[in-house]
Amino acid sequence: MDCQETHLRVYEYLDGELTVWKRRAITRHLDECPPCAEGFTFELDLRRVIVSKCTEDVPAELKVRIARALGLVESGDATPE
Amino acid sequence: MSALYAAALRMTRNPSDAEDLVQETFLRAYRGFGGFHEGTNLKAWLYKILTNTFINQYRAKKRRPDQVDLDDVEDFYIFRRLGGLEAAEATRTPEAEVLEGIPDSEVKEALESIPEQFRMAVILADVEGFSYKEIADILDVPIGTVMSRIHRGRRALQKKLWDYAERNNLRPRVESATGG
Repeated sequence: MDCQETHLRVYEYLDGELTVWKRRAITRHLDECPPCAEGFTFELDLRRVIVSKCTEDVPAELKVRIARALGLVESGDATPE
Repeated sequence: MSALYAAALRMTRNPSDAEDLVQETFLRAYRGFGGFHEGTNLKAWLYKILTNTFINQYRAKKRRPDQVDLDDVEDFYIFRRLGGLEAAEATRTPEAEVLEGIPDSEVKEALESIPEQFRMAVILADVEGFSYKEIADILDVPIGTVMSRIHRGRRALQKKLWDYAERNNLRPRVESATGG
């Protein structure tokens, strides 16, 4: 497994989509190749940052709307206390 | 529900459509619960409803299926630009610090600006953590297509984030600040 081959597999590796054998080969390469290992770490950091920066709070009125639409509460007096 | 709402918001790109989409998803899921088979992934099933509802509404509204393609971007896009793969003497990755400096709103905007078919795959993989197989089922496309969309979508997203970082001069301790 060389650097180029390792780079091609970065997403599959981080997504846990590789076979055990391929995964091991890449892990071995990463152990021996600090630049590649850092690249992988960076990709992982990038994903973590994206996920943490893309969260949303559900608007309270949406929860009420859905509860009403599903008939879980009486319409009219569904405002949470 | 907040994850579902976040996904809906990234798909529709506006809060009022996202709210309608989430409500519609819950209604359809509630009505169609008979079609849910035990043993299948409940979360994936819910996202499939979300995705189908979005695609149907979106297509109905816009009448053009947004088949924009993406230029291919090399891997480790930001990392390379920050000198990572060439100069690997650092013990930690200060490159990652740059990412923290990008405001939430910019990251969201960057994700939302990716063409629909790539965006959906990236949202399902990164924000929701679905496997390639689950995404293939949700989007009704082959796994190879899922992989290609995720990979290219992520690189496009990375390029957009880099463009933002560069425009705003976000760099890890490369140049010392000139201002006070």
